[in-house]
Amino acid sequence: MKQTSKAAVPYIIWMSVFIVIPLFLIGVFAFTTTVTVDAAGNIIDPETLGYMDGAGIDRETGELTADESEEETDISWVTFPLTEKTIFTLDNIFAVSDYLPVLFLSIWLALIATAICLIISYPLSYMISRMNFQRQNIMLMLVMLPMWMNFLLRTYAWMTLLERNGWINKLLALIGLGPFEMINSQGAVVLGMVYNYLPFMILPLYSIMTKIDERTIESAQDLGAGALAVFGRVILPLSMPGIASGITMVFVPAVSTFIISRMLGGGTNMLIGDLIDLQFLGNAYNPNLGAAMSLVLMIFVLLCMSLTNQLDNEEMESVLL
Amino acid sequence: MKKYIKIIKPLIALSLTLMMFSPVCAPAAASYESYEYSDYDWDRFRGKNMSVNVYNWGEYISVDDGEEDAFDTNKAFTELTGIRVNYSNFASNEEMYAKLKSGGSSYDIIIPSDYMIARMANENMLEKINFSNVPNFSYIAENFRNNAFDVTNEYSVPYMWGIMGIIYNKTLFDESDNPATWDILWNEKYAKDILMFSNSRDSFAISLFRLGYSVNTTDENELREAAAELSKQKLLIQAYVMDEIFDKMGGGEAALAPYYAGDAITMMEDNPDLEFVVPEEGTNVFIDAMCIPKGAKNKEAAEMYINFLCETRVALKNCEYIGYSTPHIAVYELLDDETKESISYPSEEALSKAQEYITLPSDTTRLLDSLWTELMSQTGKNPWLSPVLIVVSVTLIIFINVRRYRKKKTREL
Amino acid sequence: MKKITSRFYLALIFLFLYAPIAVLIVNSFNASKSRTVWTGFTLDWYRKLLTNETIINSLGNTLLVAAVASTVATLIGTAAAIGIYNMKKIPRSIVLNITYLPILNPEIVTGVSLMLLFVAVKMEFGFTTLILSHITFCVPYVILNVLPKLRQMNRNLYDAAMDLGCNPTSAFFKAVLPEIMPGIVTGFLMALTYSIDDFIISYFTYGATSQTLSITIFSMTRRKVSPEVNALSAIIFAVVLAILLVMNLRDAKLRKNTRRVSGERI
Repeated sequence: MKQTSKAAVPYIIWMSVFIVIPLFLIGVFAFTTTVTVDAAGNIIDPETLGYMDGAGIDRETGELTADESEEETDISWVTFPLTEKTIFTLDNIFAVSDYLPVLFLSIWLALIATAICLIISYPLSYMISRMNFQRQNIMLMLVMLPMWMNFLLRTYAWMTLLERNGWINKLLALIGLGPFEMINSQGAVVLGMVYNYLPFMILPLYSIMTKIDERTIESAQDLGAGALAVFGRVILPLSMPGIASGITMVFVPAVSTFIISRMLGGGTNMLIGDLIDLQFLGNAYNPNLGAAMSLVLMIFVLLCMSLTNQLDNEEMESVLL
Repeated sequence: MKKYIKIIKPLIALSLTLMMFSPVCAPAAASYESYEYSDYDWDRFRGKNMSVNVYNWGEYISVDDGEEDAFDTNKAFTELTGIRVNYSNFASNEEMYAKLKSGGSSYDIIIPSDYMIARMANENMLEKINFSNVPNFSYIAENFRNNAFDVTNEYSVPYMWGIMGIIYNKTLFDESDNPATWDILWNEKYAKDILMFSNSRDSFAISLFRLGYSVNTTDENELREAAAELSKQKLLIQAYVMDEIFDKMGGGEAALAPYYAGDAITMMEDNPDLEFVVPEEGTNVFIDAMCIPKGAKNKEAAEMYINFLCETRVALKNCEYIGYSTPHIAVYELLDDETKESISYPSEEALSKAQEYITLPSDTTRLLDSLWTELMSQTGKNPWLSPVLIVVSVTLIIFINVRRYRKKKTREL
Repeated sequence: MKKITSRFYLALIFLFLYAPIAVLIVNSFNASKSRTVWTGFTLDWYRKLLTNETIINSLGNTLLVAAVASTVATLIGTAAAIGIYNMKKIPRSIVLNITYLPILNPEIVTGVSLMLLFVAVKMEFGFTTLILSHITFCVPYVILNVLPKLRQMNRNLYDAAMDLGCNPTSAFFKAVLPEIMPGIVTGFLMALTYSIDDFIISYFTYGATSQTLSITIFSMTRRKVSPEVNALSAIIFAVVLAILLVMNLRDAKLRKNTRRVSGERI
């Protein structure tokens, strides 16, 4: 079967073109910026040429193309044509430092969301794993089913629930409570993260817990271990790989989300994902800065990943990261 | 050193004495059903499997909303010409600019606002329109031609115009306060009850108006002062919105919000508690115009679409549906008096205080962008942030090392 | 007591998971366009859904992209898994590490990087870019599902088939493929699901002509989600629920039968 390693060739080509090169491009963008230069190679701020509001200058020839200019600027030192040039710079990377508080806020909210997911899912997964086979399947199905609905719609539905005139406040009003301010807060953003990524925590935990043999627990009990000891010495260590992959699967999408914060946080709690989107397709176009932010985010996430990987070196043995 | 040419057209020109236009231009378009499109070769692309890609603001065209006399603009265009329309939305000028600037997009028609048109024309991002393919341009009022943003009128055909103002919810608003001032958006009484624009140009304009500066200032100190005011205001803001405002103001989620007059009319129809005022300090008056971006594949079809949007029936339907003010003479003639006196057609006094946005020099744009990003990324101070992060990372490191150590020990055993 | 607590806990979690879904379904029958005011029961939105071209078109686009992307991803991924399985240790770990990248990397970074690539090669955003990027993030899921099946397979199976007179191709199709088929099917289904559900990567790579359902819903969530979308999601929910129920029942029946057959012997 030696020859069959060639079967991976199309994939390796694909991978190089669509994974390696794009990531390389992010690096390129992060370390460059585009400037206007004249024929002699001098860097020029186009504004010094004063071609605002129709009173323009032809970039090729240097001719004035409009006649409404009120004052003349001395442009005799500029040699035409003007061209755009990409130069190396560290400015973007330095500029990311200004936005570290946003990164910290994203990490902070993602950590809280991950912790809540873990706390909710752990007992749940354990309960499901101890049910009979038929019911396990039904329970898993029920956990997965909401995932089939579009995630934007689910988040939007949460808006309907949490709003000032939303369903929850209307229900509470019936028993004379409220109204509470729930939407447009960091709490709402965390809730959105927990809701959207909860199944990613439940599934790995569940699959690792079904592997824990009931007899292991029983023998620990026979040997005199109390409930706490059974949990601390048997169940927890055995479920560690599941915890690790669960944390990764919740934390990574949560830290980089850009739409949950916009919908539930009202735009006042901007996360690093929003910031990146803002630079590429948003209101402050600057792909170079966006690429630098993406680079920082990516390095941070891969670093976290290598940390959690330490927790379960069995599962992904072949991964060096 | 820096040269900056200001060409603000005398604003009073905008205060359009539209009433002076002779009604001769207006064709009889009393009944839509019997309406005949103007004499134009609409059929020349039929059967050629053509399509145009239109990129427009959200809620900025008439669609079939299930009402009795609903008019679906794009469907009507396809029926008339056989050209399919791929229609998509943007939420702000800056967003549209980013999408086009980053490359790879293939739109045939875009509808940006004045200052953005000038910027895109400067950056060589727009095609010159062949006006012989847009005979309906003759309907566009004189004072909407050769605008400051397109002096020679080569790139744009005005679609709608309007002004910015403040929308407030009467039931949530204290009557003793004066809503007709930008300062109300800084009133702590309405903390978490205020919505604000999620685009830099409009937000900065409000702050600059309030401070009494020009909205087109290039003075760094003035802009920084405006930014500082905005960041003070951030504590009072419920949410930064664009199109989301329809939902939030319509549903009574917030008390106050700045927005455009035309959309205010739409919202007031949904929610009768809403009112619209034009602040005393002055406001922005804008023109949104149809343009063809560089690289459009079907330029002639795009011109046909632009001409179609200037058809009296179509322009009237769109005008009625979106509530903005029309630069189309024949449409204006057809409007009833109630509409002509509505907030869409503000008084001369309000218009005399209004300012147009003009394209800012690119270093000012850059400054604005970075101030905006800074404002958006300001987060409430959270003293727990760093201690908890430190504790978490330290625990993690200890935990991992203990585990490793234990494992090593077991292996040794 | 313990049972009651755990029941209560389960109920709470399912309430949390299904509350938004309930909102969507209830609103799909709400006569009012408002999300929070109930004015009466109607089936209008379901009727209007059929004539809403924007939604139907984008649904079609979504299904088309998902079908093409997951099929191609399955082909490339299966071949890749077989190749990787037979690689030497070092190249294998390099390839695997890069394979994990799109899964581990934040989606927004993948999306942005693909956008930069398409812009750099001056490709126009549209179906092609959308499908290419969907294949890219789908392939790893196929590989990761097929590889374990290959590891479980008896290495001698292929050689035995060859000894029995198969040529390499027929040995693969007759001996190897049936063994790894479950992995391929799971991989395909996962790819299909992820592709249908994807928003972030599509957001950075869609073009004027190729709006998927996620993109359409996104532009709607910024102003008002039309109730037709609620109707559509209620239908999707019902369909998925039905499929899962049928699969579950069939599974249960199958298990019952096998237990009956093999039960006595064990």
